[in-house]
Amino acid sequence: MTTLDGTTAGRASARPAVVRLRRKWLEIGLFLAPAIALYVIFLIVPVVQAVRYSLYAWNGLEELTDFVGLGNYREAFGDPDFRQAMQHNGILVVLSLVFQLPLALGVALLLNRRLPGRSVLRLIFFMPYVLSEAITAVVFLQILQPDGLADEFLRRIGLGGLVQLWLADLQLVFFTLFVVITWKYIGFAIILFLAGLQGIPRELHEAAAMDGASSWRSLQYVTLPLLGPTIRIWAFLAIIGSIQLFDIVWIMTLGGPAGASSTMATYMVDQGVNSYRIGYATSVAVILFGICFVVSILYQLLVLRRDVIGGTAKMVG
Amino acid sequence: MKISHTKMWKLLVLAAVVGVAATLLSAAGTAAEKQSVTLVWWHNVTQGPGVKLYKDIASEFQKKNPDITLKVVPLQNEQFRTKIPIALQSNDPPDVFQSWGGGGLVDQQKAGKVTDLTKYVAPWIKTIGGSAAGWQVNGKQYAVPYSVGVVGFWFNKQLFKQAGVSAAPKTWPQFLAVVSKLKNAGITPLSVGGKDTWTEAFYWDYLAVKLCSKSVMQQSAVTYSFKDPCWVKAGKYLQQLLDLEPFQDGFLATPAQQTPTSAAGLMANAKVAMELQGHWDPGTMAALTPDQKVPGFLGWFPFPNVPGSKAVPGSLLGGGDGYACSSQAPQPACSQLLAYINSPSVQRRIGSTGFGLPVRRGTQSSVKDPNLGTVLKFRTTSPFIQLYLDQAYSAAIGQALNTAIGKQFAGKATPAQVVAEIAKAAKKK
Repeated sequence: MTTLDGTTAGRASARPAVVRLRRKWLEIGLFLAPAIALYVIFLIVPVVQAVRYSLYAWNGLEELTDFVGLGNYREAFGDPDFRQAMQHNGILVVLSLVFQLPLALGVALLLNRRLPGRSVLRLIFFMPYVLSEAITAVVFLQILQPDGLADEFLRRIGLGGLVQLWLADLQLVFFTLFVVITWKYIGFAIILFLAGLQGIPRELHEAAAMDGASSWRSLQYVTLPLLGPTIRIWAFLAIIGSIQLFDIVWIMTLGGPAGASSTMATYMVDQGVNSYRIGYATSVAVILFGICFVVSILYQLLVLRRDVIGGTAKMVG
Repeated sequence: MKISHTKMWKLLVLAAVVGVAATLLSAAGTAAEKQSVTLVWWHNVTQGPGVKLYKDIASEFQKKNPDITLKVVPLQNEQFRTKIPIALQSNDPPDVFQSWGGGGLVDQQKAGKVTDLTKYVAPWIKTIGGSAAGWQVNGKQYAVPYSVGVVGFWFNKQLFKQAGVSAAPKTWPQFLAVVSKLKNAGITPLSVGGKDTWTEAFYWDYLAVKLCSKSVMQQSAVTYSFKDPCWVKAGKYLQQLLDLEPFQDGFLATPAQQTPTSAAGLMANAKVAMELQGHWDPGTMAALTPDQKVPGFLGWFPFPNVPGSKAVPGSLLGGGDGYACSSQAPQPACSQLLAYINSPSVQRRIGSTGFGLPVRRGTQSSVKDPNLGTVLKFRTTSPFIQLYLDQAYSAAIGQALNTAIGKQFAGKATPAQVVAEIAKAAKKK
């Protein structure tokens, strides 16, 4: 009987170290091969393909013959509609960090106390996150339509003057969507922060209290630094999510009216699926990929590195 | 547990053997099936009166042609946009598929994905007259329409009466006067689905049809030149209407036809007096009313003419549904199906069920609905029917046109800017 690498058992005993090494690599190779194959076929190859398509003017039907080089990229960066979409993504990143972080942190701190009905409250806050994007979008579409639930509610509580064309007002629509997105994703931030808070040893707060620290100071010097890694991970997810935002916007407004709520992803789908400019849309996809990639790498290098290297102990000490 | 090398080797060999065997078996299977012709038919009839009709058509055709195996795949209309180009590129495209003609068909023809049907349909194509033109490329028939309609104003007779409007407007100034009259009576004159910009584009398209000469319109889909002053004029006339603020609150975010608060839903539930829409609108409206019936107050009048323009009065904007055969489709089986859909029996049922407006001469009396009868009368007597511009042009230009017009509706573009954006899209590849 021959072994896997073709050598006989007799010879194997003559060179045991080499054979063992070979076997080891063969085993590693065999076990890794399926995973690597999947990764290459479904990730690397499509990315390379996309870069290739993005260099052509292509409607998705004909052969790839119309090579335009970087023409698609030039067009994208020169198109005011795409620049507007990029701007929207940028604003969304800032809004998410500035509004969602304090809000989620506040709620998490509140829910971390011994409150009556704490689990019910946690459930309520987390529930929107479990809903699919499509369902959230359709529900809010009904709520926010003219004379819909939102308008009716405002009128009933005597705030009828605040009623707006939530989705039709060019100045307002993007912020309306931001509120929906916050409603949808805030639960995830809260759960993350709650988990982080539970990992902070009670003794540290006690020690701080014994040293005469007020609860505000204790929050400032004990809770927040120890929650740092969790916050930084959440911020990373929020940034990437804001850059890639698509579903809710597409279902609620299609990026309109007149591009007032567009994102890079809605622009891409509009160009690709509605206009059949597959080559051009792919160049937008590559730009989107590039931005996410660079942001991820920079974030890893500049922000997350300290969490990996130093750990939490270093930051407290 | 650690699997020994021998065992693992055996497993690998076993997997390989099973794989090869499966391939051989499936190959044998396809060889057996090839004895009769299989026709895969993708259509977009998934709701309304057409569903039963299509089931009947399929089973009748199957009975008449036992040597053809018909595989029917109904797909939701919006899915066609993404599925057709992908399927046409694959090795396994559908044989018969929905086609709206115009620029989309030109793109498919240029890529060699559709069959030239001219010789197959020659015996009967004359029965549909001028309607066939929208599905031709360079004079050759690449798809055949089975239902063609025109866009016009659906209006609420009761609300018109209430506002003291006695006759349908025949000219653009008369139309603007009706809008003002309705507004003064406290009635929202028009609904439009600004979220779906093609509904807004109908206004601009139609004004172009009513302002530009026939040859300018026809040439625009070939040369993509928009230099004639009539294009900017269309936007200026449109602006006259927009300045009256004739639409429902928040029209920029209203969907076209999906919910009771969509543009069609508002019309169906008597919240507005008029809606500019295609011939399918009564069917759409019926689904959006509490009793699921076409509202009794509904009337129809054609888009008003613009006096003193170069256009032939009575020119209309329209479009329809047809079928193309992909380049790999078995012939004559595919053309036989198209011929059957064009047969008097099927064409009459398309009319009598309210599913569409039949194209075959002599079957038009089957349309029972009085409003659709009016639409059909105008369609048959019209000197020129322009295909919806977003459909007539190549997809990229058509979509840019809708987007640009949407910007004008939102107050973000002037008539000149709209034309400039369309011309810019036409220059791109």
